[in-house]
Amino acid sequence: MRLRKVADRGVRGIFMANAVFSAVVLLGILAFLLLYGVRTFSGTSVLKFLSGTVWNPDAYGEPSYGLLPLLLGTLASTAIALIIAIPLGVASAVFISERLKGWVRVTVKTLVELFAGFPSVVLGFFGLVVLAPLIARIFHVPSGLNLLNAGVLLGLMSLPTIISVADDALRVVPHSYREAAYALGATPWTTAIRIVLPAARSGILAAIMLGFGRAVGETMVVLMVAGNAALMPKSLFDPVRTITSTIAIELGESAFGDTHFYSLFALGFVLFLLALATNLVAESLIRREKRSFTL
Amino acid sequence: MDAIGTSSPARKLRRRRFGDNAGFVLLAVPLAVFVLFILYMFFYLFRNGLGVINWQFLTQAPTKGMTEGGIWPCIVGTVLVTFVSLVFSVPVGIFAAIYLSEYAPANFLTRAIRSAIRSLAGIPSIVYGLFGVALFVTGLKFGLSILSSGLTLGLMNLPWIIATAEEAINAIPGSFREGALALGATKWEAIRHNVLPYAFPGILTGVLLAVARTLGETAPILFTGVTYYTRTIPTSLTQKFMALPYHLFTLATQHDQISTVRPIAFGTALVLLVFVLAFDAVAFVIRLRVAGTNKWQV
Amino acid sequence: MKKLLSIATLTAMVTTLVAGEVMVKGSDTMLNITQRLAEAFSATRPDITVSVAGGGSGVGINAVVNNEVQIGNASRAIKSKEISSARANGVNPVEYAIAVDGLCVITNEKNPVKKLTITQLGDIYRGKVKNWSEVGGPNKPVSLYGRQPNSGTFVFFREMAVKSEYAQSMRQMNGNSQIVEGVKADLGGIGYVGVGYVKDGGISVIELSSDGTNYSSPLDKSAVDAGTYPLARPLFQYTNGKVKGDAKAFIEFEMSPAGQKIVEEEGFFPLNKSLVEKNQGNL
Repeated sequence: MRLRKVADRGVRGIFMANAVFSAVVLLGILAFLLLYGVRTFSGTSVLKFLSGTVWNPDAYGEPSYGLLPLLLGTLASTAIALIIAIPLGVASAVFISERLKGWVRVTVKTLVELFAGFPSVVLGFFGLVVLAPLIARIFHVPSGLNLLNAGVLLGLMSLPTIISVADDALRVVPHSYREAAYALGATPWTTAIRIVLPAARSGILAAIMLGFGRAVGETMVVLMVAGNAALMPKSLFDPVRTITSTIAIELGESAFGDTHFYSLFALGFVLFLLALATNLVAESLIRREKRSFTL
Repeated sequence: MDAIGTSSPARKLRRRRFGDNAGFVLLAVPLAVFVLFILYMFFYLFRNGLGVINWQFLTQAPTKGMTEGGIWPCIVGTVLVTFVSLVFSVPVGIFAAIYLSEYAPANFLTRAIRSAIRSLAGIPSIVYGLFGVALFVTGLKFGLSILSSGLTLGLMNLPWIIATAEEAINAIPGSFREGALALGATKWEAIRHNVLPYAFPGILTGVLLAVARTLGETAPILFTGVTYYTRTIPTSLTQKFMALPYHLFTLATQHDQISTVRPIAFGTALVLLVFVLAFDAVAFVIRLRVAGTNKWQV
Repeated sequence: MKKLLSIATLTAMVTTLVAGEVMVKGSDTMLNITQRLAEAFSATRPDITVSVAGGGSGVGINAVVNNEVQIGNASRAIKSKEISSARANGVNPVEYAIAVDGLCVITNEKNPVKKLTITQLGDIYRGKVKNWSEVGGPNKPVSLYGRQPNSGTFVFFREMAVKSEYAQSMRQMNGNSQIVEGVKADLGGIGYVGVGYVKDGGISVIELSSDGTNYSSPLDKSAVDAGTYPLARPLFQYTNGKVKGDAKAFIEFEMSPAGQKIVEEEGFFPLNKSLVEKNQGNL
């Protein structure tokens, strides 16, 4: 009997240790990024890092570590992705949640989820061999490896996230809302657009945030199709370099202990902050929506 | 707007019905386009990749400067790193999930732990790559190896496994535990005999989904151990390895005869995709069956 | 207990060093040629496994500096900065040439410009010349294709032709072949790639001149050999100290007639006499 009690307590300890360990990983990542990231600033100043418009650590002359072109590359490609994915994703989610039932619904959702599981390198390959020539032909531009290509692919990648999370958010809206609207003579369409959609707005916003997070953090697709020139983008057809692809390109070549090496951790830290903020906001939005329906 | 005096109520109703349907049709268009696009991508990859896939392609090493032969070492490498990642993340993840759902008190610390784990799931995979380089490759001196890559991937899929496992355990009604406790079982005995067996399909689903996503990841292995070419199948965890996603990346962007190897690139893409989809599909089937036979939810 | 055991076996596996494995890493220009050499070498020495990874010359040299691999591939010579960080790590880099490359400047085959001087080439890549009409071509904007900074070709070409920063608008491609692909599809495109990469059609290889009178092509073996082609360069492998053991067997194979034959088959040029002599001194 005593033994069983001891075993019980021991097991609890093991489980707790694993949970604490998992959470500590986040702190570990943060610590490494910070520890290495700040050493960048023995080679360059914080101000230059944050406001510099040239990223060229391997320069012919003086190396420069300007975050702006990379940040803009990331934000521009993500913006295009969202311009595509928000309307398509929200519309699809409304249709799925308000109109589809039974096996059709299961099939469509399964297909969307399967696409979410597509390896990004396969999508990048698709962008390289199909989308790039297509863009070059349609817009009469010299090369299809550019901001637009990256944005379109990132948009496709964030669509499943937006659709799934938005669909969940719409389904959480209690049936009584819809029934009340029908009772007042509203059509299903009016109900969906005027009642259900606004009621689910924090959840929808969370879906958009998570889609944003997915696009910001993607590496392989942008590495393969964005053209990777670290310039401040001025047109849809300019090549861009994102934060993620910069890390992927330069991590191997920078010598351990070099300013260049550390600067990539500083970039990682910027990504980390973007992702963390996105996640925390999305999480609180989802909580808020759930709370608003439980009286 | 609707107040047009001349129209009869019946006509008004018809018009509203029409507007209603038109609205939903408008919403259906983007979804239809997206679904068609997904189907087209499958079709495109199958059409271009299926031709090169045969027994030799799956079981031989690349030859003649990768213009001939197969992708066997890449399959082995990908399976190995994924396996190493699971050896790490499955026990840790499930234990952590059991703690969070069964034991954790509702206090600040629990909320912080849960929030940290959720946040981990949103960290970009390339950041895990950075962390892997700093911790495993240089810090712990595992070097560029299957071990470094596997552990990096393990850290990455850990939060996914925790999230799905916790959800699966939470779905088991409290009465299951109470019955055992009332009969004098300790808490752990109650969990082990009356909760985990029923949560198992849900936990398995989460693991399978994690496997699918891990198989296709490229960024975390890029600097932790993957290599372009190695003649033999790795025999130790300290060796470098070839992997399907990286093989596709190099064949698509770096090979010197990019058009000659394009069919092989398509074949590699298709094999990778089929691997990923197979795990996803099994996971979906299990999930559907669990949802269909929700015995205790009456 | 089980967990402890598995941890123990893990550590055992980590600490067992693998016999007969040679790791080569670095230059993307040398990726395919080294892979071919490794494949052929394995046929003669099945007891040794050679693994080949790309990443760029900077990556290769850095991997030797950090003692991660036995051989680092580089399509440029090691920088003095890299030598000093190697020394700081207790690594003494030794250089071996395994082949010669005539770096090719390529344009779309429909572009009538077939010759350029090094100065014109530099102006194009510095971003000063923005239209092909400025160098005797059609009225078409120039679009630049180049490599990423981890590439030795990126550094070598900047050193030899650009002599300044690259124009920021240059697309930075992942590998030589992506440059070829890009230029093939782009009527105003220009790019630079190793001579082993121009086998595909759809592009023309520009003849270059450093003085404006004598033009030569990198496809002309004698011009590359004699050094009259301005962008000829040796392709190097670096090791920590004089190479020994399995790595030595591999490097010797690369320099052997059988190895040099593969070099030629891949489209690069075999070592000339002075490089062979230099290698001998380091073996």
